[in-house]
Amino acid sequence: MHHSERRQFLKLAGLAGVTFTAGLFPERRAEAQAGDFHFVQMSDTHWGFKGPPNPDAEHTLEKAIVTVNGLANKPDFIIFTGDLTHTTEDAKIRRERMKRFKEIVSGLNVKDVRFIPGEHDASLDKGEAFKEFFGATHYTFDHKGVHFITLDNVSDPGAKLGDEQLAWLAADLKQRKPDDRIVVFTHRPLFDLVPNWDWATADGAKAIDLLMPYQNIVVFYGHIHQEHHHMTGHIAHHAAKSLIFPQATPGDAPKRPPPPPFDASLKPLGTRDVAMGKAVTITELPVTKA
Amino acid sequence: MKRRVFIALLVGSVAGGTVRLLAAETGREVSVAASKFEFTPDTVKAKVGAPLTFVLTSLDRIHGFKMPEFGLRTDIIPDKETRLTITPTKPGSFAFFCDVFCGDGHEEMAGTLVVEA
Ligand SMILES: [Cu+2]
Repeated sequence: MHHSERRQFLKLAGLAGVTFTAGLFPERRAEAQAGDFHFVQMSDTHWGFKGPPNPDAEHTLEKAIVTVNGLANKPDFIIFTGDLTHTTEDAKIRRERMKRFKEIVSGLNVKDVRFIPGEHDASLDKGEAFKEFFGATHYTFDHKGVHFITLDNVSDPGAKLGDEQLAWLAADLKQRKPDDRIVVFTHRPLFDLVPNWDWATADGAKAIDLLMPYQNIVVFYGHIHQEHHHMTGHIAHHAAKSLIFPQATPGDAPKRPPPPPFDASLKPLGTRDVAMGKAVTITELPVTKA
Repeated sequence: MKRRVFIALLVGSVAGGTVRLLAAETGREVSVAASKFEFTPDTVKAKVGAPLTFVLTSLDRIHGFKMPEFGLRTDIIPDKETRLTITPTKPGSFAFFCDVFCGDGHEEMAGTLVVEA
């Protein structure tokens, strides 16, 4: 998307979001793909969480839904990248939270809404409740010439993809051409963002090795509750803001600090619009339209 | 001779020191108990060059014990002692934490190894 087009897009979207144009799909041939489109990523809603890190926890998700529903340029689909619910050891409460979360997000005026789990949803029961409510924890789909792969690095409480899923990923990638456009969704960072804070996936490097031969890959994830952009070789990894509370900025402190005090003026929460064209254009969206 | 080669192969290149997988020198032992959601004690002292063995137990469920700068991790399984020996090679504070998601509070389950010169 050229600069002028991007401005046009922002105008159409009616939002003063922060736009980030990633140098993605660099090897893609110049011709435009039929049917460029956009989708919305929502993440880390932690339904069921209450506490000072978000005094408005009960309404943040609903407000974000109103904002997304108000986008002038409707997304083709919406994906929630994990931690839909806040963890609980009570299997009944876990299901109640998932049920309520599902009811709330049914208010989205987009038909195609997809989900992947976070460790809060899936790590205590190996994804059992998640599967009941939302289906498979990892899957693929194709949309307008783009191949989407979702990876589950949370159903194993040790934050592993596991050999079985890695073999599944390898088999799927084998069917792709080196310059196919591929988007990966996952919850935790696949790379070692801050090992001392466990901001990593135990066997994430194996997934990155499998992805590396493909020239047009981009990864979207959640988990760290903030916007973050990182490259592993030519592969960009974009972390999304959360819809519950922010986390500390990635750093080298031996221990991860607790969530910073809630400061609405920092606009620490939000969602993002991702436009898929010759480039991938990310527009950060606030919870509430300014 | 053969044994030395074996050690060299097993010892990874890690920031904090070597990880000995052979029970050659286990040095001082420190018991650390894991429970939701803490390690007791959560600060352990060590000296550069002196082997130290963590004797890890769990009071409730499976937890993990990970020290990225030493390139090591293990599960801690209830009713079982899990031993890990390290030999720090430089002073500093090094994190250890639970890397098996264990519930609300898991993220805070961490401790510090303080290595003195
Ligand atoms: Cu634990």
